[in-house]
Amino acid sequence: MHITKEQVIELLHQVRDPEIPVLSVVDMAIIRNITISSEGIVVQITPTYSGCPAMHVIEQDIQSTLQAHGLKNIRIELILDPPWTTDWMSDIAKTKLQEYGIAPPHLTDPANEQLVPLSSKKKKIDCPFCNSSTTIATSEFGSTPCKSYYFCNDCRQPFEYFKSI
Amino acid sequence: MIPPLRKDVAEACFEYLLRLGDDLLILGHRLSEWCGHAGILEEDLALANLALDCLGQANNCLALAGQIEGKGRTADDLAYFRDETAFRNCALVEQPNGDFATTIVRHFLFCTASFYLYEKLQESSFAPLAAIAKKSLKEIIYHHRHAREWMIRLGDGTPESHLRAQQALNELWMFTAELHQTDPLEAKLIQEGIAPDRAALVDKWKQTISQVLNEATLTIPPEGYMYSGARLGRHTEYLGHLLSEMQIVARSHPGAKW
Repeated sequence: MHITKEQVIELLHQVRDPEIPVLSVVDMAIIRNITISSEGIVVQITPTYSGCPAMHVIEQDIQSTLQAHGLKNIRIELILDPPWTTDWMSDIAKTKLQEYGIAPPHLTDPANEQLVPLSSKKKKIDCPFCNSSTTIATSEFGSTPCKSYYFCNDCRQPFEYFKSI
Repeated sequence: MIPPLRKDVAEACFEYLLRLGDDLLILGHRLSEWCGHAGILEEDLALANLALDCLGQANNCLALAGQIEGKGRTADDLAYFRDETAFRNCALVEQPNGDFATTIVRHFLFCTASFYLYEKLQESSFAPLAAIAKKSLKEIIYHHRHAREWMIRLGDGTPESHLRAQQALNELWMFTAELHQTDPLEAKLIQEGIAPDRAALVDKWKQTISQVLNEATLTIPPEGYMYSGARLGRHTEYLGHLLSEMQIVARSHPGAKW
């Protein structure tokens, strides 16, 4: 097959995350590995959350995008280990999120991988619209599993924060 | 492709994954019953999100169970086409939602146990199970945080919320023994390094429960009758009703696709 891994990644940049269309599946770091052989292309993907309802759509979109470019024998493999983390998202991806109006995820804190004591410090999240840090969490759970809700006390706007996990 | 297992180990592993998967499937279904009914919008979203995680984790466990069994059954086949006595979840998760306090207490008791179980399962000698555990654990941590924060608000809140949280604890406590029980089937998996010994995790569980209840001004119920047998299919009356609702569409239109 006369295509390189880099070319496949380039094509996969066209596959958008259905819930956050400003990011591609490559930006989201959902694509874990690509293997090209005489038998075809194997794309390994990993879910963001166990119950992410977008995974089926993403699989179909990867298939159809690659097929539309004349590629055949594409197999998509779902892997769980190592588990997805927002730390894999690139700085470019985080900037795109910020410009889209979603506060990008902070780096994960290993201390949060234990049962956290109640007195643990709450994260300060900057408002993606006015950069103010006088924001307040309004709901840990939002419209999708990967986001929570905040409110900016300066520009008086609600906004979403992409949770770090 | 999954790593090959000796026949008797594969059989035990299949059953074990049903236990893990059914716990999450039934709990996820219960939580989803809140969708559109929670007292405030934020909690409606929270419970729906938590339900989704549980269903996703259940799907991972049941899909693996089907692969191990090797008869071509998918996660959906296992979820929708088994009868009540074939379900291997513990009785705690099938208990009705009751009021909000009951739902929170149930989730708190369950996911505290899950945390310690999955922490150990990450080291399972069976790689596909360790992978599921690593993925699930990240989610269990925030499930626990959510439940714990509510335990404290309810317990240390108004006299009414305190009363309801304590009542829920008293009612659900008898279902907690099953969270820590092992049997010959799990003993085999413990020996193979596939599953941890649940009985060895009970002290940590109780310590965390006590800490939070103490902060919530709630008390551990006195020792009394403890329910068991659900893992062998002897369920409380509630599971059948839950399944009839959960399975009706799949059973009325077998093989339907959309």
